[in-house]
Amino acid sequence: MVKAIDRKLLRDLAALKGQVATIALVVACGIASYVTLQSTWASLQRSTTAFYLDYRFGDVFVHLKRAPESVRDRLEEIPGVALVYTRVVEAVMLPLADQAQPPLAEVVTLPPGGVPPLGRLVLHAGRMVEPGRVDEAVLLAGFAERQGLGPGDTLPVVLNQERRDLVIVGLADSPEFIYPLPPGGAAGVDDERFAVLWMDRQAIAPAFQMEGAFNDVVLRLQPGASEAAVLREVDLALDRYGGFSAVGRAKQPSNDILDDEMEQLRTWATVVPLIFLGVSAFLVNVVLARLVQLQRPEIATLKAVGYTDREVGWHFMKMVILVVLLGALIGIGAGAWLGHGLTGIYADIFRLPFFSYGLGTRVPVVSVLLSFAAAAAGAVGTVRRIALLPPAEAMRPPSPGIYRPLLVERLGMPRLISPAWRMVVRELERRPLRTALSVLGIGTGLATLVVGQFSGDAFRYLIEVQFSRVSREDLSVAFTDPVPARAIGELAHLPGVWRAEAVRAVPARIEAGNRYREVPLIGQPENAELRRVVSRATLQPVPLPPDGLLLTRTLAEVLGLRPGDVASVKVLEGNRETHRVPVAGTVDELVGLQAYMRLPALARLLDESPSASAAVLGVERGAEQEVIRRLEDLPRVASVTSRRAMVARLEEQSGESMDVITLVLTVFAATIAVGVVYNNARVALSLRSRDLATLRVLGFTRAEISRILLGELGLQVLLAVPVGILLGTWLTHLVVSTIHPERYRFPVVLSARTYAFAVIVVLISSAASGLLVRRRLDRLDLIGVLKTRE
Amino acid sequence: MVLQAVDLAKTYYMGEVEVHALRGVDLSLYGGEFLVLLGPSGSGKSTLLNILGGLDVPTRGRVYYHGGELTTAREADLTRYRRYHVGFVFQFYNLIPSLTARENVALVTEIVPDPFAPEEVLELVGLGDRLDHFPAQLSGGEQQRVALARAVAKRPELLLCDEPTGALDYETGRLVLAAIDTVNRELGTTTAVITHNIPIAAIADRVITLGDGRIVREERHEARVPVESVRW
Repeated sequence: MVKAIDRKLLRDLAALKGQVATIALVVACGIASYVTLQSTWASLQRSTTAFYLDYRFGDVFVHLKRAPESVRDRLEEIPGVALVYTRVVEAVMLPLADQAQPPLAEVVTLPPGGVPPLGRLVLHAGRMVEPGRVDEAVLLAGFAERQGLGPGDTLPVVLNQERRDLVIVGLADSPEFIYPLPPGGAAGVDDERFAVLWMDRQAIAPAFQMEGAFNDVVLRLQPGASEAAVLREVDLALDRYGGFSAVGRAKQPSNDILDDEMEQLRTWATVVPLIFLGVSAFLVNVVLARLVQLQRPEIATLKAVGYTDREVGWHFMKMVILVVLLGALIGIGAGAWLGHGLTGIYADIFRLPFFSYGLGTRVPVVSVLLSFAAAAAGAVGTVRRIALLPPAEAMRPPSPGIYRPLLVERLGMPRLISPAWRMVVRELERRPLRTALSVLGIGTGLATLVVGQFSGDAFRYLIEVQFSRVSREDLSVAFTDPVPARAIGELAHLPGVWRAEAVRAVPARIEAGNRYREVPLIGQPENAELRRVVSRATLQPVPLPPDGLLLTRTLAEVLGLRPGDVASVKVLEGNRETHRVPVAGTVDELVGLQAYMRLPALARLLDESPSASAAVLGVERGAEQEVIRRLEDLPRVASVTSRRAMVARLEEQSGESMDVITLVLTVFAATIAVGVVYNNARVALSLRSRDLATLRVLGFTRAEISRILLGELGLQVLLAVPVGILLGTWLTHLVVSTIHPERYRFPVVLSARTYAFAVIVVLISSAASGLLVRRRLDRLDLIGVLKTRE
Repeated sequence: MVLQAVDLAKTYYMGEVEVHALRGVDLSLYGGEFLVLLGPSGSGKSTLLNILGGLDVPTRGRVYYHGGELTTAREADLTRYRRYHVGFVFQFYNLIPSLTARENVALVTEIVPDPFAPEEVLELVGLGDRLDHFPAQLSGGEQQRVALARAVAKRPELLLCDEPTGALDYETGRLVLAAIDTVNRELGTTTAVITHNIPIAAIADRVITLGDGRIVREERHEARVPVESVRW
């Protein structure tokens, strides 16, 4: 049996259905965003943890030059090590017939039997390789899918400068390659250009002169073991064998990227819902306050007939609860659906072999509780006022609002502003907090769009700087081993090549005190035109010092080095000697951590004649394919990369996700803008009905009274534009600050197009809301309104 | 004596304007009597009624209900007083527009012990066939009779009516007054009616005239004039 007071509640809500709907939608957006992002994050966490556990993802990873198998015993003796798995890992090229630019691959060996003790494979199709078969390989499933390859197909491979045809016997994934990164770590997953081939170790080791030896190790730690201590011991044990620094699971390249993505997701999962919750609290406050004002006689009646203050207050709080519940139903449903979809997108990107999306109960419950809390915060002031409102006062009409002359009038310039506009501006001035919150609410919608578009702007900027100012070559050629620098001159004579520059890059460990980083030490010619060091502040090339190091500024800061200091540089190949090298300067770069020297200076450091580990070429238009073909035939060419193809690929990858994000954020922002403007408009209309009806009776036209009502809203929207732009810029700074500074140093780059788009969406949403309310103006009951007591 | 007011004064603010609604009023209400409060607009009638009904507190003075002081009572006690002992009828009916006639009465019967059934009390005021009509579907007189039914459904000891016929035409107003008169006679409810309409005072046992926040005259009637005989 529904009580009479609850029937009143339901019917009041029905009468306010437009406003209820817009508030519920804002609440729904907040809940949906929370549910989507949190549930996706949680599902991702669960799934990767399960994947790592089930498929025995290692704890420590280290690559080295070459060590005899007997060194394995030394590693097993390290305290804290539970299991040692040695293998061979080598980079190869895949000269696919229909590919202008040959993809790269890593060959990872498998033990006899095909089942590695650590880092097991998830076989999707086919079978494992047979022992001793030198022509069989299991291929990374993502790459196979991209290239349209399957079990039984043939795959050409250049193994140690020897071309072979392998038979793909199976397709698999591995916990080590959730985020398959090409060697050197290009920006972004590129499962079309990078593959992993698992092959029988016994069969393939001779091709790399690795019989009885290994160049890659994966370790499992004992529970409770100190990772840092083990890493130190491993580095010590493998140093003489050309070992690069051992890394724990957190720094394993694939897992590192995955962790970053998850962290970003987690940040968004907090920031976005907060925005919506804030706006919903504001809307609840505005609408409830006006409703209470309109229902003063009813409040008085309820109190007069004996309802307690608490009962009357609770009656209005129930309204808020029902609106939030409605938003919750929509939001949880939408959030689960979006979460499922987003999870699928991530599953695709990370190629997790099994991925289960689970909503659970915690996330929806928390989201609803947060929404209630926000709405209650917006309502508590009004409900308290209702409860404290003496019945007698509630029975009296509310006191007329207290207005003041405007500034222009106080300055003696009343004629500057018409009476109608005086009504508008005085109304805004009378409630400065309400006006400010409305402006902030609309501005929040605009800010949401600005932040959302930033990813696209930042990405375009990154591409622009990296590939138009830093890497200006048409082709880059990597060699299997360093070649004499003079050999680069021969490349310049290839038909179609108009310039060739040498690049010498060695892995190095730069230390200062007890801090260190392993970074590429890059040697470039003095007059480099194609590959340059560029400052992100000026976007101009920075000349290399004649001697000494030029460090990425972030690298210098991490190590605590300044120009004039001396750094310890351990070269991690060849003689593996440690040198003390002065820091000549720093450069604020956009991407990565690097150290630079002039080519001759680096050669002196390495005690070798000038050589190149790569070459960058300027190629005439139309000649690229032919040059690539010639390069592939040359000995010691490990890979050839086209800048144009790489840029196109990156743009294609980002374009897909950008469109989805833009669409979702546009809908969110429009919802906020419509929610705030529409509710403000409805409230303004009910507040001003009497005034506007009076004006109509006095002879004002519908258009003239529309201008008064919509003028108030229009002013708020106009004020909201600069507020939203500032807020969006600030939020973008906040987002940028969460990006790992050692990977990227994004400036806050927001294009005029981004701002314009955000402003246009908000203006259109606001105009649509205004038009909806304007229709009600046309239906104003002049006589009825004038008869009400207020 | 049911209610006694001693030296009541009330000052309140409308925006920036100070209003002295009552300036020292002494008044008593006796069980079962029909009292009319007369006076022009702004004389303090409504303010006095609100204080007697526990809707407002005086700035000065005391009010006693059956010997218990209302003026020092806590808000919860005043609410209980209104809930169980007082029925109100307002000039503009103050019905809840989103509830039907029956539901408006049920609003009160659901929170008190031993009320009349909504149907029963609506029948009493002649609206037995309008139970499920919303206020928008009722005439002014019918709305006021619903308000009256709502006020008496809880079987209150006091019935306080603030200009019950103020918004009604003569015929409708007479109907409403007749209903109030019936309630007073048949249920024995102590009734106070505010009006600015002097002829209406003839139906009362006692008439108190207020002016400028004070009692300016009090007269007792030997016999009450039937409502149907009154003309205004």
